[in-house]
Amino acid sequence: MAKVLMKGNEAIALAAIKGGVDAFYGYPITPQNEVPEYLSKHLLDAGKVFLQAESEVSAINMVYGAAGAGKRVMTSSSSPGIALKQEGISYIAGAELPCLIVSVMRGGPGLGSIQPSQGDYYQATRGGGNGDYHLIVFAPESIQETIDVIKESFDIADYYRNPVMVLVDGLIGQMMESVDFDRPVKERFLPEKDWATTGTKNHPGRRNVANSLYLDPQALEQHNIHLNEKYKLIKKNETRFELINFDNPEYIIVAYGTMARIARSAIEMLKKEGIEVSMIRPISLFPYPEIAFDKIPENVKGILTCELSMGQMLDDVLIANNGRHKVGFFGRAGGMLPDPEEIVDAIKNFNERVVK
Amino acid sequence: MDAKNIKVAGFGGQGVMMFGQILAYSATKDNINGLWFPSYGPETRGGTANCSVIVSDKQINSPVFKNADHLVAFNLPSLVKFEEHMAENGLILYNSSSIDDQKSKENVLVVGVPINDIANELGNIKVANMVMMGAYLQLTKLFSDETIEAIIKKILGERKADLVEINKQAIIAGKEYVKKLGVKYA
Amino acid sequence: MWETKYEKTQGLTDKKLSYCPGCAHGIIHKLVAETLVELGILDRSIAIASVGCSVFSYEFFNCDAQQAPHGRACALATGIKRVLPENIVFTYQGDGDLASIGIAETIHAANRGENITVIFINNAIYGMTGGQMAPTSLIGQKTTTSQDGRDQAHHGSPIKISEMFATIDGVAYLERVAAYDPKHVIKAKSAIKKAFQYQIANKGFTMVEVVSTCPVNWGMKPVDAMKWSKEAMEPVFPLGVFKDKGEK
Repeated sequence: MAKVLMKGNEAIALAAIKGGVDAFYGYPITPQNEVPEYLSKHLLDAGKVFLQAESEVSAINMVYGAAGAGKRVMTSSSSPGIALKQEGISYIAGAELPCLIVSVMRGGPGLGSIQPSQGDYYQATRGGGNGDYHLIVFAPESIQETIDVIKESFDIADYYRNPVMVLVDGLIGQMMESVDFDRPVKERFLPEKDWATTGTKNHPGRRNVANSLYLDPQALEQHNIHLNEKYKLIKKNETRFELINFDNPEYIIVAYGTMARIARSAIEMLKKEGIEVSMIRPISLFPYPEIAFDKIPENVKGILTCELSMGQMLDDVLIANNGRHKVGFFGRAGGMLPDPEEIVDAIKNFNERVVK
Repeated sequence: MDAKNIKVAGFGGQGVMMFGQILAYSATKDNINGLWFPSYGPETRGGTANCSVIVSDKQINSPVFKNADHLVAFNLPSLVKFEEHMAENGLILYNSSSIDDQKSKENVLVVGVPINDIANELGNIKVANMVMMGAYLQLTKLFSDETIEAIIKKILGERKADLVEINKQAIIAGKEYVKKLGVKYA
Repeated sequence: MWETKYEKTQGLTDKKLSYCPGCAHGIIHKLVAETLVELGILDRSIAIASVGCSVFSYEFFNCDAQQAPHGRACALATGIKRVLPENIVFTYQGDGDLASIGIAETIHAANRGENITVIFINNAIYGMTGGQMAPTSLIGQKTTTSQDGRDQAHHGSPIKISEMFATIDGVAYLERVAAYDPKHVIKAKSAIKKAFQYQIANKGFTMVEVVSTCPVNWGMKPVDAMKWSKEAMEPVFPLGVFKDKGEK
């Protein structure tokens, strides 16, 4: 199919339809409103379920119910709204139900702003929900990559019985780009959802229960061990990253999402000045691509972490780097976007940026 | 074609966002890459509406740029805000119906078009932005008349199909104005 | 010659109920379970367990079930019913879960006319957590967090859920019943049955509020607790049909 120009949020919605979404439950919040607006029309027209809930809390629990019933279900929100959903997200992870959560980040903390930010890296990868759990978190850098990953995310969620979060900043939500909706999706063997609560007449002799309660500590520990084994498998299979300009670099930039795109331009500018800089671009934030750091040549002068925050992914860079190289940080926050020249400057003055 | 970084700015209601989107739609139709996004950060202050557009036949990297190749300024605050951030061999198009005459700068061609006056002569002030589009296309040659017309038809849809003609006339009028000025932008 | 006079309903599993002696949960579980069997809907029913004493109800109702976060039962039920409209979906919630932390979810599910059934157990106290004040606790009622008795000026009055929900358009059937003697248990059963019949007929949101007991946290013997639910609670929470859109 020919490319079309589409706004990021609408592309998220259409990609979800292409990915086979059966139901959407959500609550309005800027800057993601075009997602529910688009779906309210097109999902209902397709005979599927769209419902505007009374709150984010309610929306995520509607997702819980429909996911437990075996349907492909999603919600979308932005920073303070994702904060409200954390309770339900923990339960969904605990009950091992598949779903898609789209998080379009804005500035914070609190009500913050409605401008683009990457201040919810911790929220996505560490979670605000209780307990030992992980979401599978993808952070695409363009609308095209967002479409591709959303189309695939229901398969991934179903395969692992685990919620998937697609994490973008408000710029990806609000901008328009030329995109192709028909790029192929990796085929996966998906087991039947024989665990879904569809009524015992559909699975005689067995009651299906969606539940995260294990009062017996031994049973809960076994559940935690089981979840952890699953996360290890996810780490083995779903770690995604891109290595850019990885040819005898002086410095390494680590950046994701919109910041990675800005850094791409900075790398080109630096190349013209004879400074070779490579980039590790994590696409999955959980699992974090620690293995990419093993590919960094020994003689690099340092690693510059670039984020639209005051430094959150920085923690994972420090863990992955494990003391091998100097690590520096460059960040803008609150809805401020740097131009590539600022990253060029940060590389040139790397020593002033060193954190550890 | 090198990537073109384009800043379009003016008051809300002057068709600024639409101007930018038409460029991004046209790029997409011509099977190259288009990117559009509305104002961000401190740009959201000060009473101007503006958007950034990038068109390129290669993958578009940073959506954010410091210096524009082209600035299309519909009012004075926009010109003042963005004229200092121009790339080498840049082009500034401004609305000379509301902005006093401006001189070209070193490495930046500056062209004024009285878009409000021309649109009023055509009988519809709302097509002032398409007068600007005509002038812009005449200078940059970014997109063909066929591409732009197809996009305008698509945006206006069936409901506003009767407005296609006046928009086309506005684009022609903008082109003619620049031709008469005799300025060229390579 | 042995003759079977009574059998446990197939609507309940063989799991031993975890409820305290004198608590009406067991009775109400039985009424709901019998109803599901009698209406022939057990194998397409999905129960939503809430947080509180009835948290384990997913182990007792002999059908598919989901266990909800505290207060969110009606949100789960909505999520399920919207994607599985042919199934029967019901929540089983106490007063803390429904009338306090889950009031928003419940009101909006009712207002949308979600075609679900809510079994609301009102015993005027938090049982599971050890006897704290509930939104439905009576004025003067002593609890572990209102040790001198509920004070209207400080805590407000007991919230009257049925009276409140009767004003909501989406509610098709709403009755408050009690479980303190056989006559009222029979009446409760017919209310519960009617609520599920309305759901089968796609009539909208149905709720049965059961004035129940908590002898342990009330500090009473089971018989006294039944008596208290009649003599102290019923005047505040009068029984009756609050809304009935009718069979048609």
